[in-house]
Amino acid sequence: MLAETQIQTDWETVCQLDDITPFTGVCALVGEIHIAIFRVSDDKLYAIQNYCPFGQASILSRGIVGTVGERIVVASPLYKQQYDLATGECLEDPETTLTTYAVRVHDGSVQILN
Amino acid sequence: MAQSKQKIIVVGNGMVGHKFIESLVTHEDASQYSITTFSEEPRLAYDRVQLSAYFSGSTVDDLMLTTPSYYDEHGVRYLVNEKVIGIDKDAKTITTSSGLVEPYDTLILATGSFPFVPPIPGKDQDHCLVYRTIEDLEAITASAAESEVGVVVGGGLLGLECANALHNLKLTSHVVEFAPQLMAVQIDEGGGALLRQKIEALGVSVHTGKNTSEIVAGTERRYRMNFADGSHLETDMIVFSAGIRPQDALAREFNLTLGERGGIVINDHCQTSDPSIYAIGECALWDNKIYGLVAPGYSMAKAAVAHITGGDVTFQGADMSTKLKLMGVDVGSIGDTHARTEGALTYTYFNQPEGVYKRLVVSSDQQTLLGAVLIGDTSDYGTLLPMMLEKMPLPEQPEVLILPAVEGADNALGVAALPDSAQVCSCHDVSKGDIAAAVADGACDVASLKSCTKAGTGCGGCVTMMGQVLNSELEKMGVEVNDHLCEHFAYSRQELFDIIRTKQIKTFADLIDQYGSGMGCMTCKPAVGSMLATYWNEYVLSDKHIHLQDTNDIFLANMQKDGTYSVVPRIAAGEITPQGLITLGEIGKKYDLYTKITGGQRIDFFGAQLHELPLIWQELTEAGFETGHAYGKSLRTVKSCVGSTWCRYGMLDSVSMAVLLEMRYKGLRSPHKLKMAVSGCTRECAEAQGKDIGVIATDKGWNLYVCGNGGMKPRHADLFATDLDDATLLQYIDRILMFYCRTADRLQRTSTWMDNMEGGLAYLKSVVIDDKLNIGEDLEADMARVIDTYECEWKKTLQSPERLKRFAHFINSDATDDSLAYEPDRGQNKARIASKSMAPPTDAERIPVTIAK
Ligand SMILES: Cc1cc2nc3c(=O)[nH]c(=O)nc-3n(C[C@H](O)[C@H](O)[C@H](O)COP(=O)(O)OP(=O)(O)OC[C@H]3O[C@@H](n4cnc5c(N)ncnc54)[C@H](O)[C@@H]3O)c2cc1C
Ligand code: SF4
Repeated sequence: MLAETQIQTDWETVCQLDDITPFTGVCALVGEIHIAIFRVSDDKLYAIQNYCPFGQASILSRGIVGTVGERIVVASPLYKQQYDLATGECLEDPETTLTTYAVRVHDGSVQILN
Repeated sequence: MAQSKQKIIVVGNGMVGHKFIESLVTHEDASQYSITTFSEEPRLAYDRVQLSAYFSGSTVDDLMLTTPSYYDEHGVRYLVNEKVIGIDKDAKTITTSSGLVEPYDTLILATGSFPFVPPIPGKDQDHCLVYRTIEDLEAITASAAESEVGVVVGGGLLGLECANALHNLKLTSHVVEFAPQLMAVQIDEGGGALLRQKIEALGVSVHTGKNTSEIVAGTERRYRMNFADGSHLETDMIVFSAGIRPQDALAREFNLTLGERGGIVINDHCQTSDPSIYAIGECALWDNKIYGLVAPGYSMAKAAVAHITGGDVTFQGADMSTKLKLMGVDVGSIGDTHARTEGALTYTYFNQPEGVYKRLVVSSDQQTLLGAVLIGDTSDYGTLLPMMLEKMPLPEQPEVLILPAVEGADNALGVAALPDSAQVCSCHDVSKGDIAAAVADGACDVASLKSCTKAGTGCGGCVTMMGQVLNSELEKMGVEVNDHLCEHFAYSRQELFDIIRTKQIKTFADLIDQYGSGMGCMTCKPAVGSMLATYWNEYVLSDKHIHLQDTNDIFLANMQKDGTYSVVPRIAAGEITPQGLITLGEIGKKYDLYTKITGGQRIDFFGAQLHELPLIWQELTEAGFETGHAYGKSLRTVKSCVGSTWCRYGMLDSVSMAVLLEMRYKGLRSPHKLKMAVSGCTRECAEAQGKDIGVIATDKGWNLYVCGNGGMKPRHADLFATDLDDATLLQYIDRILMFYCRTADRLQRTSTWMDNMEGGLAYLKSVVIDDKLNIGEDLEADMARVIDTYECEWKKTLQSPERLKRFAHFINSDATDDSLAYEPDRGQNKARIASKSMAPPTDAERIPVTIAK
């Protein structure tokens, strides 16, 4: 019983899947953290920190999503650094890695593991 | 103690005198010299080679090669309207017409030449003119205004250029030539005959073998020219263009050695018989030859600078081959065109229906090329010239060089075969090796080669060849020479545009499905988004297009460094009512926005947060403002001066025209942003010649300028057409802009588009004015669709609650971005983040390699 409650509180619903247009992102507030959530193709989601360390602004959810080779990336809308959505790694500067978050669709809701 | 500077006096500030000065002041030891130059003409050096452009609307300013401020900056003293009339070789001083005496250590004679007027009785009357200076052209224009018939004496290169000018001034024009053919110096008889046919077809009468014996009063026209053969011709005016003579008067009077038939004798360092005096340009005689072209003069200037500064460049003669367009006829002349070399053999190709004549002159052993004549098609010039200069071995059957390419046969000798020493640009003496070095240093398109080597910036005849050398060098370096948009599309932007247009593709998904691979990226998505918007003009924030939009377009606002946005409503032509200003002021105040007037005559609000954008736009729309597209790669502003409605000098109503243009082209998505301007007269208060499209009013209509740019790499716009009425002006702009949208590379401004365009301005004119590609109506129809389907993107967005959802910082909270903070500065907000070092340009910002086909 206890374990189940645990799971329910850990996944926090932030919006509905329909709220995210395919191939774009949104920014969610989870606790104090700004998280960028991207919908790639119909149901594949990724979540990384919204703050771009190069641009020093909370804006990554507004970037263009695409691929470089096999990697799915978002380009920072400020200075165009690209980040691997799966790992958070910056392609231009592999020393820099963003925090990634677990995200899922549950009954049409988009949820982040808190 | 600092050594006193060496005093250098340059007599004559023509093309070559200026080149000398420019080379010396940019030399590393420039500080050791103090330069003074005297010009007999009322202005500093201008581009005499382009003189005829003055008739087609270029202004004196367009022709200037330098400016007083450039000379001031480099400490060059200059006196115009000041002729040098004496030299004291012992005292080392010169005297000028106003009595000035100036000492020199080194004297440079760059006095050029003067037009030769044959000693014909009656030659000194009014309306008997010459063709060499701006003042001469003004006199010709004035005389033409009072004349109906004009004659040019002399059927050489300049004479034909002048005849064309008279023809364009709407005179019935004649060319009278003493020799039995036109351009007898440069081309052979066969070529001369075809040239004559073509020129006569344009409506200029040609009279060869005519020796004018006198000019007397006419019966029907002002004058009658009587010829030695008993015939005559009546005319209102006469321009003499019967050759040039070196301006060697000073040298003659003050005892420098002259050639038998004039010209100041110089050695390989360009020194005259007095070692402190040099002569360069058309006044100089080297190896008994006068060079009547500018390129050899430039080489002399360089040799003189080298000798003075201790360098080792010498003058070694120059090749006189030329390629030019005379009255729209292509003419090329290479080396020994008359087959005067002992034993020379010739090959001739004459295609009468198409009006093409080509002749090769080869050595008796058929191993090397001695010369060539090309009329009607000079595309082989670039290959033949280096073959002659470098004595490259001829192919087995030399005739393949001039025969038209037949399917399957490859008769072109690639540029790869040329040695590094081969000259590509003769105007600026740039060799294939120089270009190869620039490519190795990273220049990877024709435009950047132009700026770092200067090649192609003179007469422009070598641009095609530059493109070929560029490609062959890139290939050699193992650079994959392709112009693919990115890894997802193996097509150039231009090809993709054609695909969208001809296959009627409306979405990115369809395009990448059928013609690409993967998911797309930050390079191809905005590029395709822009093309779809240009062609279909659908709402850019609809579900199928929104993910293609770059940083600014996606929220219809310009993202600033802290992630907030700026807002720019359209203020067409910079015209705004006082009430409009008050409303804007109130909105700015209410949302606490930093407010600034832009360079494009509008008002920019900074510091709006994402969630505020719809609120601000709601108020703006209600007050009647539309989006200004400041966020798009699209038409930004049409700047205007106040024009004839208020200005004392205004020729036409520049504001109304600017409003018309802005309302017509607003919303047009293009490869890069577009700026325009309209000035009410040539004072050019709107700075139209620094814009993509510039319009300037004259007393006869509108002059249209294209492909100018301010910004990082300024480019003076090219004069495209003159004296247009409103309808033709719009027609030309429609065509030019659509052609640009179809053919430019991604993120290529019109200036680089033009610099990379094969055939350049002349080609663009042929497409737009002569409709050579037969696409004029198509281009206009495409533009009409964009104009007809315009909607204000903000108005449309405000009507859609679904869309508005995106304008919140958080999808799950009404909180705002708490990381933003402002400090007041000069009474307004200022973004807080300290200036940071900018990231280097990423691939997305770089312009792709452009391939000359
Ligand atoms: C209409 C036209 C078209 C041409 N087209 C071409 C072309 O297509 N390609 C090409 O290569 N060339 C062309 N030329 C030739 C080219 O312009 C000349 O080769 C070039 O200008 C020579 O430069 P320069 O400095 O020797 O002489 P200039 O440019 O004539 O300069 C000499 C200057 O010295 C001044 N001067 C003379 N004596 C004195 C004195 N005693 N004191 C002070 N000043 C003095 C003169 O007034 C003049 O301003 C053309 C020329 C003309 C007129
Ligand atoms: S460009 Fe001419 S018309 Fe326009 S403001 Fe200036 S002077 Fe007046």
